[in-house]
Amino acid sequence: MSQDLTLYLPLDSVAVSLGADDVAAALQDAAKQKGVALNLVRTGSRGMHWLEPLAEAEIDGVRQGFGPLEADDAATLIDALTSSAEAAPKAVGAVEDIPFFAQQTRLIFERCGRNDPVDIDAYRRDGGYKGLAAALTQAPMAVCETVFDSGLRGRGGAGFPAGIKWKTVSGAEADQKYIVVNADEGDSGTFADRMVMEGDPFLLIEGMTIAGVATGAMQGFIYLRSEYPIAADILEKAIKAARAAGMLGANVDGSGKAFDIEVFVGAGAYICGEETSLLNSLEGKRGEVRAKPPIPALEGLLGKPTLVHNVITLCSVPVILSHGAEHYRDFGMGRSTGTMPFQLAGNIKHGGLFEAAFGVTLGALVNEIGGGALTGAPVRAVQIGGPLGAYLPPSLFDLPMDYETMAENGAGVGHGGLVVFDESVDLLDQARYAFEFCAEESCGKCTPCRVGAVRGVEVMDRLRAGVDPELQKDVVGDLCELMVDGSLCAMGGMTPIPVQSAMKHFPEDFQPRPASDASRVAAE
Amino acid sequence: MTVETKEASASGSERLTALIAPHCESVGGLLQALRAVQHAYGHVSDEAEAIAANLFNVSRAEVKGVVSFYSDFHKTPVADVPVRVCAAEACQALGGRALRRDVDAALSNTAQGRHAGHAEEIFCLGLCSVAPAAMVGDCLIGRATAEKVVAAATAASEGAS
Repeated sequence: MSQDLTLYLPLDSVAVSLGADDVAAALQDAAKQKGVALNLVRTGSRGMHWLEPLAEAEIDGVRQGFGPLEADDAATLIDALTSSAEAAPKAVGAVEDIPFFAQQTRLIFERCGRNDPVDIDAYRRDGGYKGLAAALTQAPMAVCETVFDSGLRGRGGAGFPAGIKWKTVSGAEADQKYIVVNADEGDSGTFADRMVMEGDPFLLIEGMTIAGVATGAMQGFIYLRSEYPIAADILEKAIKAARAAGMLGANVDGSGKAFDIEVFVGAGAYICGEETSLLNSLEGKRGEVRAKPPIPALEGLLGKPTLVHNVITLCSVPVILSHGAEHYRDFGMGRSTGTMPFQLAGNIKHGGLFEAAFGVTLGALVNEIGGGALTGAPVRAVQIGGPLGAYLPPSLFDLPMDYETMAENGAGVGHGGLVVFDESVDLLDQARYAFEFCAEESCGKCTPCRVGAVRGVEVMDRLRAGVDPELQKDVVGDLCELMVDGSLCAMGGMTPIPVQSAMKHFPEDFQPRPASDASRVAAE
Repeated sequence: MTVETKEASASGSERLTALIAPHCESVGGLLQALRAVQHAYGHVSDEAEAIAANLFNVSRAEVKGVVSFYSDFHKTPVADVPVRVCAAEACQALGGRALRRDVDAALSNTAQGRHAGHAEEIFCLGLCSVAPAAMVGDCLIGRATAEKVVAAATAASEGAS
């Protein structure tokens, strides 16, 4: 007797890094032995990474989860799901009822984890391409107005109003315009771009296509970092499927408008996440920063008007078009509208992706939702928004996450990544690392960044060694001021943020210390 | 190093030309041509730079500038199975610094095979929620330990040779 069984298992990098491919192979083997016809659908991740690899089976219309699975669990799981006698291993209940998941407002990640990411019919059945359908019935400038009215701001870090860029590019006269996606997600603590590209790539394709229709651009590029090979593979397959379905190409969805997309894989340079450096890299050059003006919206790729957006920004667009600007604007607080996929990372018990409206507090994300430190020790610091983001102490955990509140407190939302550290962290190490990272990744074009970062590392080492500490602190202050005022881009301009926030909120770590301690950094 | 220098044959320049030429008309073609060379040979030789400069009609200095800018391009052959440990903050928060030291020490004590015998640092694999992270060849490792990384390096070295 042969039985049919459908199982869902993520192909997301996180799941794979925890053995999902081995689990998949074991499931196939076990099914074969037991005469079960297994339909194993590889999906994106739901974002509850402490449960990965998390398999799902639909029982009475509800997706039930099992995880974290190991290859050894495969046979028991197949038995349990094909004969009711066995108890299923590692059952976590209905996946969408798990509090971490149920508390979210998923506008962007709504579908992620449900379907085969490269199945365009599944995407349509699950609400996809409604935003593009709405956009195609409107005049291009009306689409730009809708994006403007939604209050959507760039999710890459700077938080610039997206609608202004759209109107600028749309209004520019040129024979060719471009949509460029910044998928060079290099900030430690962030993986939202990767997850959506691996789990729901058509959402990005739809967002880009809407942008193309609205601005008159006919060619899009996804600039993807080379550290994301799974995302590259999924995107290529999805683009091919979209072309085959007539959703990309010379006549998008029968509208008579042309738009196509190419994936461009980078070559390992953090600075290429900066938009002008990214454009140089996309032109095949050194990824050095360009001075602005001219702004890329007027003179971008190959000198043509170019809309450069982060992945999540463009993935927010379809829902704005399908549900309207007001619907989107109702989420969030103040001038931070809509939702943000917060990424809980580092030393945290429940790590993963938590999409919520702006306004959720830092403490709620770290302690209530994230469950505190994985090690069980007290949380001492959280770095928000990547390597150029501030280190904040628990005394500031009541702060709501929105662009303005964070800015008032010398921090930034950035790309929404939160890296949690327990009490073992040494903030002087972290401040030194911020300079070290800047020295390593500076493009070298401007002196404050190129030289300042190297001097910063030296000053931190002298500070640790106790060489005239008060003088060193003054020097750090001067150096940071110079880097903020004199750097061409955010690399040099924001490196002082982690350094100075660490010194401000954790001054005890910057006091002279015993000599035995001072040798630690030198050894690294 | 057991990496073969595959371009040593007489047809080296023809093979390089075949790798580089298809990218000449593309946007950003130079970067993609160099990626193809790096992938095929494990490094970008002076000869490859010269051929690229010629085909793209740019100066040698310009090509050299691009090669030296990006960390994916190497002037000397890299190991077939590179062992990379993430050095960024999220991994630091769960012992990433110590992991790299431990992997380094353990690898230097194993037979090299096709891995490099040491750990390289990489900045962020997007596995920040399951730190610390590592990558051995194309294999991603979350919640990495020195044992897991070394086992993967050994398996990859044996499996591929």
